[in-house]
Formats: sequence, C-alpha cells, structure tokens
Amino acid sequence: MASLISCPHCGMRPKEEFMIRGDAAPVRPSAMASDEAWHDYVHLRNNPRGRVREHWQHVAGCRRWLLVERDNLTHAVFSVADAAAEGGQ
Amino acid sequence: MRYSAFSIFKQAFAGNLGWKPAWREPDPKPHYDVIIVGGGGHGLATAYYLAKEFGLRNVAVIEKGYLGSGNVGRNTTIVRSNYMLSGNEPFYEFSLKLWEGLEQDLNYNVMFSQRGIINLYHNDGQRDQYIRRGNAMMMEGVAAELLDRDALKKMMPFLNFDHARFPIMGGLLQRRAGTARHDAVAWGFARGADRHGVDLIQNCEVTGIRRENGVVTGVETTKGFIGCNKLALAAAGNSSRVAEMAGLKLPLESHVLQAFVTEGLKPCIDHVITYGAGHFYISQSDKGGLVFGAEIDGYSSYAQRGNLATAEHVMEEGVTMIPGLSRVRVLRSWGGVMDMSMDGSPIIDRTPIDNLYLNCGWCYGGFKATPASGFCFAHLIAKGESHHVARALRLDRFERGFPIDEAGAGTQPNLH
Repeated sequence: MASLISCPHCGMRPKEEFMIRGDAAPVRPSAMASDEAWHDYVHLRNNPRGRVREHWQHVAGCRRWLLVERDNLTHAVFSVADAAAEGGQ
Repeated sequence: MRYSAFSIFKQAFAGNLGWKPAWREPDPKPHYDVIIVGGGGHGLATAYYLAKEFGLRNVAVIEKGYLGSGNVGRNTTIVRSNYMLSGNEPFYEFSLKLWEGLEQDLNYNVMFSQRGIINLYHNDGQRDQYIRRGNAMMMEGVAAELLDRDALKKMMPFLNFDHARFPIMGGLLQRRAGTARHDAVAWGFARGADRHGVDLIQNCEVTGIRRENGVVTGVETTKGFIGCNKLALAAAGNSSRVAEMAGLKLPLESHVLQAFVTEGLKPCIDHVITYGAGHFYISQSDKGGLVFGAEIDGYSSYAQRGNLATAEHVMEEGVTMIPGLSRVRVLRSWGGVMDMSMDGSPIIDRTPIDNLYLNCGWCYGGFKATPASGFCFAHLIAKGESHHVARALRLDRFERGFPIDEAGAGTQPNLH
C-alpha cells in the first residue's frame, strides 16, 4: 500500500490517517428486503484478487467518506474520490 | 523408513547415504475418491487422518506451489486452547490433545514445546474478563491459572510492570500451551499421509471445478483434468477464489498479517507472552530468535507482504511490554494471506453442493488448529457428518444468527 494517500479535500496525507471500512461493492438493501438479501449484504464478499473499490474514511483529516480504488495484490492505489461526489453510499 | 535414535546412529555409520526422501512425487492419477485442494498444514492433516483414521487411501492433495508454502510456514507457531466461547473451546482443546501425542503418532519431531502461554492484563476490567475466560475454560475441563503481579514478577522480571499508561497487573496462564516447529508440522503430516498411500501433487494449480448435474466430478488443473468423488477445499487465503470456481460466495475477506524474527539470543523468554493493552505476542524459537507478531494490517490484500507502518506499531507494542527488546535487531519480516471470516471463527462444513466440502476462515489462528482441523474435516468427508467438537463451525451460522464472535467485533473482518 502506498504510504501517502491523496485525499481529494486535504491533499497528500499519510495512510495512517485513514480508516478502512471495507469493500464498496455490497449495496445496502431496503429495510424490508428479504433475509437472503440482508445476509448477502452483511456477510458475503466476492473477495476478488486484483482491483477493488473500498470505502475509507479520512478520520484524522476532513472526516469525509472516500471511495478508494486500488489493487490488493500489488498494493497500488489508482484513485481516491469523495464517496458522496461519486454517488456512493 | 522409521525415524529413531537407532536410525540416526545407523545412518551416521553408513555416511548418511541411506536417507530416503520423506515422500514420493507421484504423477496424478485420472481419478481419486477424495481430492483435497491445498497442501498446507490443514490439507495435509486432512489427508493424513482420512487415510489413517477413516481408511480412505485413494486420496490426493493438490498444491499450487510446494508443500507448506503458505501460512503453515509463515506463522508465529503458537499452540493454545484458551478460548472462551463454547463453540470454540472444545474444538481447540481437542486440537491441543492431538498435539500432545502428535510426534509419536507421526513418528516425526515437530518440536512441540509446552512452555505455557500468559495473557497479560493491565486494568481491573481486563482482569475480570480473563477470570471469566479462565472459568469458561475450566468448565470445558481445561486448566487455567490467574497470576497476580508478584507471581508474574518472579516468572518474567523483564516485563515493564510500571508503565505509566499500561501497568501490568497480572496474567492468565495456560501451562499446556506452547509452540511447535511450523514447517516440521507440514512435513510430518505430508510424510505420514504419503506413508498411508496419499498422493501429494505439488506445483499443480487448480484452474477450474467441473460440475455435472449439480455435483462436482473433478478439477481442472495445470496438469490436466483429475476426477474425484468428493472435493475438499483447504485453500486458506485463496478460499474465496477456489470456491468461486464452484459458484460459491463465502463470508470471507483476505487480509495480510505480518510476523517478525530477531537475531538469535541465548534463552531469555521462556513462555509465549501476549500483551493485553494492544495485540502483540512473542516467544523464543529453539534457534534463539524472538518470533513475534501483532494484528493484521487492516486492508484486504492477497500480497504476502505488509506495510512498514504496521511494522512500526508492532515494534512499539513489543518495546512497551519488554523494554529490553529495543536492543535486539530484527532479522526478517514476512506476511501471509489470512482468510478472515465475518465472526473471527473458522468454517468446517458441507456446502450447498453435495460432494463439495469446505475448510476455511481460520483468520490468523489456524496453526494451533492444524491437527483438529484435519481430523474433523476428515471425519466430515468420510462420514458425511460433523465431528462433535466442530459442530458449531458451520457455514450457515451467519445466516441463521449463530456467529461465534470471540472478539465481539461484529461482522467486520478487519477487526477480528
């Protein structure tokens, strides 16, 4: 993993300022969705090797939620964007 | 060849020219009763117990690299059974009992050393928590002792008892816990399985799982198609990728865990010691190096290497607990890919596909479980039902609301 992450609001910051929530692929189902849909969202992960999109929070900076695209085999970071601006949740 | 003191003398007088390879290197047969994917500790132990305890000898272990090239050769070698929850404790105690007879059983020196593990506590709340854990252990018939500060000072005077923020008040001791030589465990099980007729096929990567009418008929590999009646997955950090070949989505996320070893020292740390104010564990190998590690790096990863920031954090914890460590030089560090499950506990179970069996989710506690994992997985494959100590380790426990969350961290794999 890169030691420096480029926050869209704060610029280059050390990786330790960020908290990693995890895979951004699961989408929260509606409150009335089936148990299967909730099980899938809460517990199951594709866990791919290679490019992943993750939710990070810049907890020691702007505290914004971010969408980080990176490679989990080479640890290269491709892009960091504000999650709200990306339309993520 | 049976290993013994006599065989060593005999070979010494014969110029050590008579030693044979510990296992064969066979070409894969077209069909096996059982194929195990993954030639690590758990896969090899499964093959060994399948052949020895359950009489299934037409078995192959398929490994993409060399035997023991994954986490069994990358861990900090700690063996213990000091768990709290009733779904875990009997399983790990069964494992510890298998460890106690393993060397005689395998006729192989795995250098199992029951030097004891001590979990330090630093405040009243933590002490109460350890009392609870010790009581839970004793209810399962496992001995645990609570040591106060004075008793601990006699045992390990080098600890930083009077740290300003995290003074050491005492610890929970399990005397039967200890360490083992990790590579030797893989080699011992490999040799034992081979002696019972199991084919160990190395440098053979599974590239696909062939299914017909809903059941698995075999695996596509880099050495061609190999048929099987039953397929068992023990692929650790790569479990999700192998299971995906059969259309399964697992409650796993792969993470990287780092470990470290220092230069060799004279005997100075006699036990396994864990730090309660953070997460740090240390022991001394028989070669003299201090072997230690801490938490996972915290981001999903398939790389067998981690970040320097985590290394710094680990060293800080170590030096806070044992100030003398600051004078020791670290020789090497390495990383392994952990199959982190959603509750921090493993899975040994059938899958929705009838003849496909699953062994995964060991997080970073799989080494101590190696014998019991193999035994219970073999039991499941051979008899079609779970061994009684592994009944809670089900794949559907998440869906049904019965997680075994030892850390109480919830469904967040990077927090277990």
